[in-house]
Amino acid sequence: MADELINVTLHVWRQRGPNRPGGFETYHAKDITTHMSFLEMLDVVNEDLIEKGTEPIAFDYDCREGICGTCGIVVNGVAHGPQKLTTVCQLHMRQFEDGQEIWLEPWRAQGFPIVKDLIVDRSGFDRIIQAGGYISIRTGSASEANEMPIAKEVADRAMDAAACIGCGACVAACPNASASLFTAAKISHLSLMPQGQAERADRARRMVAQMDAEGFGACTNHGECEAACPKGVSLEWIARMNRELVRAMVKSETPARTRNR
Amino acid sequence: MQRALTLYQTTVGKKVVMALSGGIIVGFVVGHFLGNLNLYLGPEALNGYAAKLHSLPALVWGTRILLLFAFGAHIGSAYQLWRRNVSARGSRYKRRKDLATDYAARTMYWTGPILLLYLIYHLLEFTILPAHPGDVYRNVVEAFQNPWISAFYLAGNLALGLHIFHGIFSAFQSIGANHPRYNSYRRDLAIAISAVITLGNVSFPISVLAGIVTL
Ligand code: HEM
Ligand code: SF4
Ligand code: FES
Repeated sequence: MADELINVTLHVWRQRGPNRPGGFETYHAKDITTHMSFLEMLDVVNEDLIEKGTEPIAFDYDCREGICGTCGIVVNGVAHGPQKLTTVCQLHMRQFEDGQEIWLEPWRAQGFPIVKDLIVDRSGFDRIIQAGGYISIRTGSASEANEMPIAKEVADRAMDAAACIGCGACVAACPNASASLFTAAKISHLSLMPQGQAERADRARRMVAQMDAEGFGACTNHGECEAACPKGVSLEWIARMNRELVRAMVKSETPARTRNR
Repeated sequence: MQRALTLYQTTVGKKVVMALSGGIIVGFVVGHFLGNLNLYLGPEALNGYAAKLHSLPALVWGTRILLLFAFGAHIGSAYQLWRRNVSARGSRYKRRKDLATDYAARTMYWTGPILLLYLIYHLLEFTILPAHPGDVYRNVVEAFQNPWISAFYLAGNLALGLHIFHGIFSAFQSIGANHPRYNSYRRDLAIAISAVITLGNVSFPISVLAGIVTL
């Protein structure tokens, strides 16, 4: 926790491309100020690798502000690293000790094929959203702000579920590589809002079907996803997703064939 | 039926089936334990209770068939999900640290099969091939006077306690029974039921070994 320069040893998963063999390479990051973010530390290591003429470590990021959901590294066995409720881009080197060994791995899941090094392909999440994570509304000029009354508590709860940034840490942390927390957050967020009622039943069916089709595992309610989630998305949404799906199956008037994707 | 089948095709539906079938089995386990308490009232009480049950074949066979279905559905779904979950990881982590998983949750796929073995042994010993048909009390006491058999029952019921501790909590989640006001009670209920069942069930072999219950 000191305000100083530290040296750390990195063991980084290197893989040249999809379906290529991968393995760990060791790098020494020297004179790293503890005010640096974890990704800035990797930038320093990469500068060094580029200077030496070696391929830099590929890792994903965009905002580096903890809001976009693009970054993601399993640091010492924990998705997004040791600090709770923090994306790896917002993790700082003061969380590490001088001389510490740090293992860096990509999200590992059948549904997230490795693209290169620490970068994985999360388009499975996009397809889950495309399957039902939308609402049908009349577009055009903005409607009157209070035209559709929504109770404060309902809006707050929907907002809690909507806090999900789609980073995929829940899948990475889950012992079964299940995408339940992500899918549940998205289904719950829309099912709570009046705007989400029109497609409610189909949404649950289609998004769950897509989640399964992507090859993610099934939930065993261990809670690893919730513990790893940088946005504190709660396990309660998984229960809600399950309820939504059962209700959709029992009550829905939609003919059976539209159900099969 | 179409809808039920479609639901079962999803991972969520399979967990709902595991939760409901697990719930049926837990219900039986509770009833079975309460009936066995007759052991403490002596041979007449226990044998009388058994005779009474067997004079109601509809109840006995209805329960057996229901349980057979429940076990089939529970184990079948567990197997299918297990296959899926094993392959869902893709590649292995070198390092992986659990942040939230407790011992009971981590060992579900061990305690489950242990329970199956325990169940088969238990049925063979007391139901299918009893040493003294009709004298339930003597069968039980003679069996538990053997420390090896008692130890096996202790281990089996420890596995049972762990399995239903995570199972009861997990089942609430699987069927979507949650409400912010009552959520903390789900763990409490899981602790209460698994503690009463485990302590209660292990008290039988312990009482026999300690000489509190004798022939
Ligand atoms: C006999 C062999 C058994 C096997 C192979 C087995 C296997 C399993 C497995 C693998 C799980 C899922 C674990 C998880 O979700 O983390 C599970 C859940 C469960 N088990 Fe069993 N089990 C067996 C017997 C029992 C018995 C005897 C009971 C009740 C006394 C029971 C009650 C439950 C419950 C309530 C669940 C929770 C279902 C859910 O997650 O929704 N099981 N079982
Ligand atoms: S639920 Fe949390 S961990 Fe999962 S994708 Fe959303 S923000 Fe990331
Ligand atoms: S880079 Fe946007 S959340 Fe980390």
